[in-house]
Amino acid sequence: MSTETTDHQKYYVPESSSIPIVFAIAMLFFGVGAADAVMGKGTTLLFIGVAAVVATLAYWWSVVIRESHAGLDTPQLNTSYVYGMAWFIFSEVMFFAAFFGALFYIRTFSISWLGGEGDKGLAGELLWPDFVATWPPMVTPEESLMGEQAVTKGPDESMYLHSIRNLGTWLPLYNTVVLLTSSGTVHFAHMALKDNNRKRFNFWLGITVLLAFIFVILQALEYYEAYAHLGLTLNSGVYGTTFFMLTGFHGMHVLIGGIFLATQLTRSAGYNHFTDKEHFGFEAASWYWHFVDVVWVCLFLFVYIL
Amino acid sequence: MSAVVENHNHHDDHHHGPKKGIMRWLTTTNHKDIGTLYLWFSFAAFLLGGAFAMGIRAELFEPGLQLMDPIRYNQLVTMHGLIMIFGGVMPAFVGLANWLIPLQIGAPDMAMPRMNNLSFWLLPTAFAILLSTAFMEGGMPGFGWTFYAPLSTNYPNVAYFVFAIHIMGASSIMGSINVIVTIMNMRAPGMTLMKMPLFVWSWLITAYLLIAVMPVLAGAVTMLLMDAYFGTSFFDAAGGGDPVLFQHVFWFFGHPEVYIMILPAFGITSHIISTFSRKPLFGHSSMVYAMVSIAVLSFVVWAHHMFTVGMPLVAELFFMWATMLIAIPTGVKVFNWCATIFKGSITYETPMLFSIAFVVLFTIGGFSGLMLAITPADFQYHDTYFVVAHFHYVLVPGAVFSIMAAVYYWLPKWTGNMYDEKMGRLHFWLSFAGVNITFFPQHFVGLAGMPRRYADYALQFAEWNAVSSVGAFLFGLSQLLFLYIVVKTVFAGKKATPQVWDGADGLEWTVDSPAPYHTFDVPPKVK
Repeated sequence: MSTETTDHQKYYVPESSSIPIVFAIAMLFFGVGAADAVMGKGTTLLFIGVAAVVATLAYWWSVVIRESHAGLDTPQLNTSYVYGMAWFIFSEVMFFAAFFGALFYIRTFSISWLGGEGDKGLAGELLWPDFVATWPPMVTPEESLMGEQAVTKGPDESMYLHSIRNLGTWLPLYNTVVLLTSSGTVHFAHMALKDNNRKRFNFWLGITVLLAFIFVILQALEYYEAYAHLGLTLNSGVYGTTFFMLTGFHGMHVLIGGIFLATQLTRSAGYNHFTDKEHFGFEAASWYWHFVDVVWVCLFLFVYIL
Repeated sequence: MSAVVENHNHHDDHHHGPKKGIMRWLTTTNHKDIGTLYLWFSFAAFLLGGAFAMGIRAELFEPGLQLMDPIRYNQLVTMHGLIMIFGGVMPAFVGLANWLIPLQIGAPDMAMPRMNNLSFWLLPTAFAILLSTAFMEGGMPGFGWTFYAPLSTNYPNVAYFVFAIHIMGASSIMGSINVIVTIMNMRAPGMTLMKMPLFVWSWLITAYLLIAVMPVLAGAVTMLLMDAYFGTSFFDAAGGGDPVLFQHVFWFFGHPEVYIMILPAFGITSHIISTFSRKPLFGHSSMVYAMVSIAVLSFVVWAHHMFTVGMPLVAELFFMWATMLIAIPTGVKVFNWCATIFKGSITYETPMLFSIAFVVLFTIGGFSGLMLAITPADFQYHDTYFVVAHFHYVLVPGAVFSIMAAVYYWLPKWTGNMYDEKMGRLHFWLSFAGVNITFFPQHFVGLAGMPRRYADYALQFAEWNAVSSVGAFLFGLSQLLFLYIVVKTVFAGKKATPQVWDGADGLEWTVDSPAPYHTFDVPPKVK
């Protein structure tokens, strides 16, 4: 092993920086504030925490963008960003895997055992003799025993498509169309950028951002319907639990992805950032967007159809 | 926050030194500084978690309730586990990764230095939130580090615990992304994957495991939070859920987590045994394949932690056999270490002593693990002190001994001074005696039926518990000696050469001792 000098481009190691420690303090406010809020001790700290987290992150990314424009990025540093984003998305995949895993476990094992079926059905038979194993469970085990006095009661209606005649008014279908289309439009935007056609890029990216926010609005509408008219809430047993947790975390990711894409649109339309070769900020946002889209396809399949 | 401006001015003058005073540590982007922060944080957590363990052993010194009520006892057990795992062992390995990975692969720093700093500072943040519950009505969590539902969904202050875990998870995920990207993207030219030192390999696999399972832990605590405060029914049979689901989600994280705490130890041990046997490691590539196999298998064995909860027979059998398969790659590793020592020119410096003890005692822990893997036998051992003895054998003389071995081995490189060899050996023998006196008798009381997680116990277990407590105090006190040795080495000691150990091989031994603030600005060529 020797230490010969090569014509190596130096990897950019930033000087010491106050941003991370400020961010850690912001997270302290955020963590304590979130716990306080959940336990009903007030929301002041949470608001301070969220504002501080958002402000610090925005500043941090603006620094990274300025460094990139100052030419500090080497191809090697860009590769670090590419790998970093890929592994971050993998961690998000595993987060959703936990909730999908819970859904599959509940549907395959919990519900059938509670209904008295299978290897471990005896306890269900003894504890909830009247509970019938169906998916979605419209009557919870507790309700099957206590009737109206139960704390956890099933929903009046589920989100499944009840009859093919209702297809035209079935919201999840529209959501699916909106999101699948947006995956196409973000790809068109990417191709336009590679062609160095900024106008076309801004147009398609703008359409994508619009579709993202249409999706969020439709999702909010669906939640309103569920709470106001279908009796489907977080408290309506495992169906409500898995429905809201899966679609809720997905919706949150759509919102984040939408803001991510909108930021890239602002950078391009407002500040002329990105060239046909260098546009990792946009590329990362589009990967994230495709990921959110794939999660939706799984959701549509396992939460709304099957 | 004028980081950018400074960057532009000083960019050409790359060999800037550290800042002065406290700001150096708060704002650093240097992998060596951050490694040092992690290691000191870990040592502080080790002492705090150790103090809780002393409380536990003092209460168990004799039967009856002497020092605390059972609720306080449960809190000590819980916080001991959480602090040792998330504050002691994991940050110690991350600290070693920070110090060593760039030095061992010839990189100028970690791939994302500012995020590296954030990963560290989120840890004190998370622990501040977790420990703040000690000053609240309802107190600290007392549901065990495994926080099984429905006990945890009905516990006071669980929201603080949940968000503390979330922040620790974020810290781990960012740290792991940094490790993987550094290893994949910043190796010196010529260092192919199979030429990579084993500590780097062990961390590549560990980081992958962390990114795969920390989000699942985040999912578990989120479900817990929703059940506890928002009326969902994940773990509530009345609503159609299942408390056993919690255990499945938790142990899907928990079992790979166990290997997260041992794989870096495998890497460390491989380096040290080879150095002090003055032989290249036997079976370098089989070591890599063994670690990869262990990592892959770790995803399909989780339910061996829950044989007694009521699973279908086919699941019990699958998880039993899958678990036993792990003995094969682990056996390969132990065999290779023994084969490395065989006919070597061995000397017994402190790191070597700790590493040999690691191989022997970790193997004892591995064998008791094999006993626990046998489903019908586990029905007898489950939730007894036999389990406590088992996992303390793999974690204390396993993970913790390897960390101590690593500190003695690389301390001269970090500080430029040699530690006091006599004191080091004294520390080893005291720890070795302490650990065995503490945990070996727990096998006996466990097999005789003493259940874990109780503040009190039946009279027939009194003698061995007294012995165990004496061993624990010995082990605890001897760690103060470790602190003394390390502090003394930081400030004084015989000057270390760059090579430090005559049998050592690797890029980190080609730079000065202490390692300069910036190393490998220009990558070395590896042949």
